[in-house]
Amino acid sequence: MAEIWQGFLKAIQLIVTLDPEVLEITGRTLAISISSTIIAALMCLPLGSLIHFNNFRGKRTLINLIQTFYSVPTVAVGLIVFLLFSRSGPLGFLELLFTPQVMIIGQVILISPIMLGLVIAALSGVDKAAHETAVAIGASQFQATTIVIREARYAIYSALIMGFGRAISEVGLALMVGGNIRGYTRVMTTAISLETSKGDIVLSIALGIILISLALIINFAFSRLQQRWK
Amino acid sequence: MALLETVSLGHKYDGCPVLKDANLGVNRGEAFGLIGPTGAGKTTLLRLLDFLEVPTSGKIYFEGVDVTLSGKHRLETRRRMAFVQQKPIVFTMSVYDNVACGLRWRREAHDIIRKKVDNALELVNLAEYKNRNAKTLSGGETQRVAIARALVTQPEVLFLDEPTANLDPVSASQVEKVLSNIIQEQRVTVIMATHDMSQGQRLADKIGVLIGGEILQIGSPNEIFCAPKNMEVAEFVGVENILNGVIVEKDDNLVTIQVNDSTIQAVSDCEIGEAVYALIRPEDITFTLAKGRTSARNTFQGKVTRMTPVGPLLRIEVDCGFNLLGVVTKMSAEELDLDIGKKVYASFKATAVHTIKRWT
Repeated sequence: MAEIWQGFLKAIQLIVTLDPEVLEITGRTLAISISSTIIAALMCLPLGSLIHFNNFRGKRTLINLIQTFYSVPTVAVGLIVFLLFSRSGPLGFLELLFTPQVMIIGQVILISPIMLGLVIAALSGVDKAAHETAVAIGASQFQATTIVIREARYAIYSALIMGFGRAISEVGLALMVGGNIRGYTRVMTTAISLETSKGDIVLSIALGIILISLALIINFAFSRLQQRWK
Repeated sequence: MALLETVSLGHKYDGCPVLKDANLGVNRGEAFGLIGPTGAGKTTLLRLLDFLEVPTSGKIYFEGVDVTLSGKHRLETRRRMAFVQQKPIVFTMSVYDNVACGLRWRREAHDIIRKKVDNALELVNLAEYKNRNAKTLSGGETQRVAIARALVTQPEVLFLDEPTANLDPVSASQVEKVLSNIIQEQRVTVIMATHDMSQGQRLADKIGVLIGGEILQIGSPNEIFCAPKNMEVAEFVGVENILNGVIVEKDDNLVTIQVNDSTIQAVSDCEIGEAVYALIRPEDITFTLAKGRTSARNTFQGKVTRMTPVGPLLRIEVDCGFNLLGVVTKMSAEELDLDIGKKVYASFKATAVHTIKRWT
């Protein structure tokens, strides 16, 4: 118990004194997760709108399929990305394995289904008449789509946050395709995992505190945003 | 040339026809009322006219140009129109932004938008609600936001779908007042669907009766209400005295119609021997206690069989060999001391009888 308490105090010290390694890992984690969230959002928002606003055969099946991938194990995505980018894989020539870039690609694949599914659900939650109302007062198809997305904005924010949450908290994928290389691909989750198994719990606790604090800050900011219009 | 014209316009939903062969023309500045029962196809017709749907058959001309199918024309033409839906929805933004969005989509300058939105909100008496979240408004206020949102774009054609159907009487009369001012002062072309025929009568210059997907009659409110073309229209516009008879005499336009054992006189183009329906509006029947001197050619004695209060009025049913229904004010009923079983004289003019040929 004393060891944990001591570890906790040392961890606070690391954070307060802005320990370079803690800062570096936190910065990299945020950069990778935010990048993958933005890329996934840029893909899922138009794709989700396309699926929502068009009627086609197999739409229901497609949505069911997307929802099935919500809970795809991170290690499964990790394995696929690993095989794709390994030296003998089809994308091996890009030499991206064990780079932050491939971690971003992997995270985009991981969080896209949940983001896409939630974007479609968010758009479906908007009164169907909203799109038509916009068209009836002179909106072009694009403008009408934009207003529906705007109407669904809070649900879409939560889709983004869910995606970001999954990206920042996963460890299997980052470990498999990133390799946890110190100073290059080490992120918070892989660091916690490694340091804990090495028995160095101080850095793990410090990074754990930061990870939880980030979750709290993001959630707090989000609920403030939602309350603004209520 | 009519501003907006339809030729044989038809529409089907899942193969089921909801609008059949609709031909109508609406001139610039006209207030056209589309009346008909719920489910008659009024909303469908408005949606087709505003290009929210593509008709299954027929054509729509705007200023003489066929705009039925052309995608580019449809957006351009739609931007010269505005549609206030039956259950309007507002976007989750301020009242001001809701009204401004139509102008923003048309890329108007900021200061012009501000001026126009303020004017529009003033017009619907919502100026002080400008910064409120539109989602927090009542039904009547929402309807007025929708009207302001439509008017702010200065449309050449304004479509109104049951503008007061979902409102309480106070909000409905406020909205109707706003609409009446717009129709009179702005001379915008208005096409309004309503199942409330008296509202159609109050607001429209011309009325089309749409029943079962077909336009059965187009004419001035007076024509529609006093001279319906057929039984469906007559029943819909509230002609409650519909008598079956045969023309037995004719002198110029004055005909005598045999109804059961009685005869009534009417002004009609029908010929001797023709079977007709004789229609008399309840408001055209007067009741007296004595057979006095009256200019009415038709006077029948009968017994009051039923009295039903309707707002400030009483509906009186009298059996005079055939049933006649009339309305009197409560005060007249008291003066006449009307009661069930009381004998009264019911009179109506020959000109108050409208005849429709009966196909036997």
